[in-house]
Amino acid sequence: MNKKYRKKYEAVVIGVSAGGTNALKMILSSMPADFSLPVIIVQHLHPNSKNDMPDLYNDSCRLKVKQADEKEGIVRGCIYFAPPNYHLLVEDDRTFSLSVEAPVNFSRPSIDVLFESASDVYGASLIGVVLTGANNDGSRGLKKIKDGGGLTIVQDPDTAEYPSMPTSAIAASKIDYVVPLEDIVSVIVKLSETGVG
Amino acid sequence: MKDNKDVNSDDHNENENIEIRMLLEAIFLKYGYDFRNYAKASLKRRINQRMTLSGLEKISDMIHNVLYDRLFFDKFLTDLSINVTEMFRDPSFFLSIRNRVISELRELPYIKVWLAGCSTGEEVYSMSILLTEEKLYEKTRIYATDFSQAALNKAKDGIYKLNDMKKYTSNYQHAGGIESFSDYYSTKYDSAIMNQSLKKNVTFSNHNLVTDGVFGEMNVIVCRNVLIYFNRELQDNVFRLFMDSLCEDGFLCLGSKETIRLSKYSDNFEDFIKEEKIYKKRMISDQTVDPVPQVERLDGSVIRKSSVLISDAIKKLDELQSLINTVNIDR
Repeated sequence: MNKKYRKKYEAVVIGVSAGGTNALKMILSSMPADFSLPVIIVQHLHPNSKNDMPDLYNDSCRLKVKQADEKEGIVRGCIYFAPPNYHLLVEDDRTFSLSVEAPVNFSRPSIDVLFESASDVYGASLIGVVLTGANNDGSRGLKKIKDGGGLTIVQDPDTAEYPSMPTSAIAASKIDYVVPLEDIVSVIVKLSETGVG
Repeated sequence: MKDNKDVNSDDHNENENIEIRMLLEAIFLKYGYDFRNYAKASLKRRINQRMTLSGLEKISDMIHNVLYDRLFFDKFLTDLSINVTEMFRDPSFFLSIRNRVISELRELPYIKVWLAGCSTGEEVYSMSILLTEEKLYEKTRIYATDFSQAALNKAKDGIYKLNDMKKYTSNYQHAGGIESFSDYYSTKYDSAIMNQSLKKNVTFSNHNLVTDGVFGEMNVIVCRNVLIYFNRELQDNVFRLFMDSLCEDGFLCLGSKETIRLSKYSDNFEDFIKEEKIYKKRMISDQTVDPVPQVERLDGSVIRKSSVLISDAIKKLDELQSLINTVNIDR
């Protein structure tokens, strides 16, 4: 395989739970309009949440924000949210698939399910990010991303509204960047442009 | 720079994909269940789960178990059929059936409903309750099908966890139910046993959407959260199957995140209630529809039978040849 090609990052996955709405508002509103990777997000929500969550962020974000559709092709510069009450997975042909399998870590969508399937597809070209949350979903997935040669970022627990999810991720594997919320976008942008943080 | 770890992980991934293909091929050849056109990511999760639970190290180790251990295969088959469902799941869907679809069915002399992929039956009882309340149940026949016999058996029993009834009651009420939901079941210890009358007009039957054929002249087909596990090609085959199984003006109901709009049969269906994914079959001339690809419907048992016949024939030919040889030598 071409080494030069593999050096570049192809996608960002983000997992966030309790405290997520504020954290995501901050992250998504500071993403540059020319950001070159797709961003795929699992946010834990109540199963009966309305389907219009992405609308909440669309106004403040310069990139297109939408709910991921089944079989939809993943496009650069687009922000995707897992639909409430479905697991979101990535297929080899860079399309999304959905599943109503039982909740994982009491969650559907589950961060681990997205991270593990994205890692299978993107391998070393994947950036995984775990933000605020009150459980441990995402820890296993982030470890898998790291084991697959990908890059991992965790919100500094001291700056997280709910620190347990970042703390658990840090305990589960060696994290490349543990940074405050306000620095996460600049790290991702730099990685997406140069391949190094 | 690509370090060794990346190479190993790529290699591992490639091997896993090969092993999954071999496993699915083995299942198809041996049992006729065809998972080869399932969406892979979720399939891989379930394969890995069964592998870990069984203490196996590699996916290829499972091939041996699948072939030689029927109990193992049955367990694995249950994993592969997603049996996560609830009564009146997506209440707004059932509310739409009640408010908009029922009135269209009322005039029919007889109503046939196919619940395809009925899993453990929660949707069957939901539909029976709704039709009973709308006074249509007496002239309805519900065909409840699934490829998993284990799931079908549970559906037939109609015994559910009492704990889940609270949620189902709330779903029922949001779906426009006005009776007392607890009148539809009796309780025993921690189980809720659905009333016998609710399965009076239900036929439970084993049917595989991937390998089995048309299920005739339906007025309503409900198939929710099944197609999300299929690839685009297989989805198209199933849409064709549904189209051929529906009568004129029949309804097709899909899951909230499923759509027929990306399929080549999209033009054969109009939106009835768009946001609930309820479609109505549209009559168009037959010329525009391709013939059913017959080869897709060959199931494993047919293939196995024919291969047995062929190997028997070859054996007979061999016998005949050696007989001829003996006769020639004798001369």
